[in-house]
Amino acid sequence: MAEPFLSIQHVRKSYGTNTVVQDFSLDVEPGEFVSFLGPSGCGKTTVLRMVAGFEEPSAGKIVVGGKDITRLKPNQRNVGMVFQAYALFPNLTVAQNIAFGLKVAGMPKADSDRRVAEMLDIIKLPQMADRYPYQLSGGQQQRIALARAIAPKPKLLLLDEPLSALDAKVRVSLREEIRSIQKKLGITTIFVTHDQEEALSISDRIAVMYGGRAEQVGTPFEIYNRPATKFVANFVGTLNVLEGTVTDAGAGRVRVNSQEVALKGKLNGSKSGDTLSLALRPEAISLARQPGHDTSLSGEIAEVHFLGSVIRVRVGIGGNTVSLDTFNNSTTPPPAVGDKADISFSSGDMLVLH
Amino acid sequence: MKSGKFWAWVVFGIGTAYFFIPLLATFEFSMRMRRGVHSFDAYQVVLGDPRFQATFMYSVIAAIFTIILGVLIVVPAAYWIRLRLPQLRPIVEFITLLPLVIPAIVIVFGYIRMYGSNSPLPFLSSDLGASALLVIGYATLALPYMYRAVDTGLRTIDVRTLTEAAQILGAGWTTIITRVILPNVLIAVLSGAFLTFAIVIGEFTMASLLNRPAFGPYLQNIGANRAYEPAALAIIAFAITWGCMSLIQILSRFAPKSANRPN
Ligand SMILES: Nc1ncnc2c1ncn2[C@@H]1O[C@H](COP(=O)(O)OP(=O)(O)O)[C@@H](O)[C@H]1O
Ligand SMILES: [Mg+2]
Repeated sequence: MAEPFLSIQHVRKSYGTNTVVQDFSLDVEPGEFVSFLGPSGCGKTTVLRMVAGFEEPSAGKIVVGGKDITRLKPNQRNVGMVFQAYALFPNLTVAQNIAFGLKVAGMPKADSDRRVAEMLDIIKLPQMADRYPYQLSGGQQQRIALARAIAPKPKLLLLDEPLSALDAKVRVSLREEIRSIQKKLGITTIFVTHDQEEALSISDRIAVMYGGRAEQVGTPFEIYNRPATKFVANFVGTLNVLEGTVTDAGAGRVRVNSQEVALKGKLNGSKSGDTLSLALRPEAISLARQPGHDTSLSGEIAEVHFLGSVIRVRVGIGGNTVSLDTFNNSTTPPPAVGDKADISFSSGDMLVLH
Repeated sequence: MKSGKFWAWVVFGIGTAYFFIPLLATFEFSMRMRRGVHSFDAYQVVLGDPRFQATFMYSVIAAIFTIILGVLIVVPAAYWIRLRLPQLRPIVEFITLLPLVIPAIVIVFGYIRMYGSNSPLPFLSSDLGASALLVIGYATLALPYMYRAVDTGLRTIDVRTLTEAAQILGAGWTTIITRVILPNVLIAVLSGAFLTFAIVIGEFTMASLLNRPAFGPYLQNIGANRAYEPAALAIIAFAITWGCMSLIQILSRFAPKSANRPN
């Protein structure tokens, strides 16, 4: 691994007796795009604000480019930040907003004008230079905010839920734009979001946070397919959870609603009679046996939702309900509620949640 | 025509009449000084009176100093409370309301006792000191209006986020106050200044008890002894007020509009 560019080391933050970030560590490589993903209140913003310098860590340190910046003021850090609430200066035009950081840094007017024009091109709003923020849509304002943040060529770009105030369509197009600008400029970026789809689609790596800790740090593929904890498995993607009882820990056999399933490995640390949770992604399950499926469970169709190209079916298996999606097929009618049904899947797709 | 619009006009008409009829009556009365004809004699008398000029100038200067003092105290205080001490806001709001509850006469008697010529801080032993004390007293009287105006101005912008956005772009406190905060609350500051001006120009109690040659005591004196001049004075005072308001209106055209914030 290359030398990390940003290194957050054992950082903790308490307000009085309330510890909101506990022992948070993360190394980010140069040019990497890392997302903090987690539910509201888990401490994402607090970690970001400590990197920006708005909050001082109660313990731990933050190193950027080999330099300890833990005690530096925000205006000495050369970090760019985009806020959820746009935060454009209402009294300044778009061009003046983008030039703000350049002017503060004492850049000559001619250079600053050139840089502003360059930024407006990058965010594809070249004709907006003389507008005021109130004359722009939310999506446009947030793009200007991005341009303003990257204009002074910061070492690090921080984005705190920059898309959450926008409507769904703009949100998707803007997140892709942010990612492509970030790649083009090669700027090391931390992106905070509570939207798992957003994090999965644009990140190099994701830090899933819960209760002030990083539960798991990994690529979107790893986070989705090999969640390290029950929380990660539940928070990222849709998950079906089956409650089971261990019948043979050594052979990895578990009983689910009086039907036995065999896991791929042994159940270390469990003994017969223990209860545990088995998790399955909806896309791993089907109603008809597919090649590679070695396990099936019988149940009864509980709900059918016709969504167009996809039909979402919920199957009751004892006390558990399992969601799965089947593609619409014009020649086969969808299953009916109350029908008996067998679900099948590969035992290797089952995750044991502790 | 929609009936809603009709009633709106009726209400507007009643309001206008309520406001303008007494004004017109006063104006008409002020022009009756010369028997039988309408004339501006009363105005000539008032404007030509050297005591009018002296007391009016005194009050204008007192108002300007009061505004400067008020802005210097209120803007940083209101900004800091919004930024760092939001939990103190109810307390500060309560304190700024006290001058409305405590009569000016109580404040001024307190001043006279505290700052008399043989106290450790003998403001009242010189003319300049007494005038300074008057300005301080006026700043107190204007506090509820000034604080509210500035605080309302600050409410239209997201003080904390704008401050942080400027900070992360490298700005220090001076840049933040002069380029971000002040331009965005300037109109609010001006309307606070205007209210302060209006209060100071007509104030009687403090000026009279501190024995200052201000406009308020002069007005009172004229009002008690003359017939037509007080009406002329009222119209003049009204014109000044009206002029200030138009000025604010013109200035507010240049006010930055706040961007629609995310919902
Ligand atoms: N200034 C503060 N004082 C006290 N508690 C705070 C402060 N800022 C944040 N918190 C608490 O810290 C926790 C984490 O907040 P935050 O980092 O904003 O979460 P997130 O961004 O993940 O939604 C929350 O429970 C919040 O109430
Ligand atoms: Mg947050």
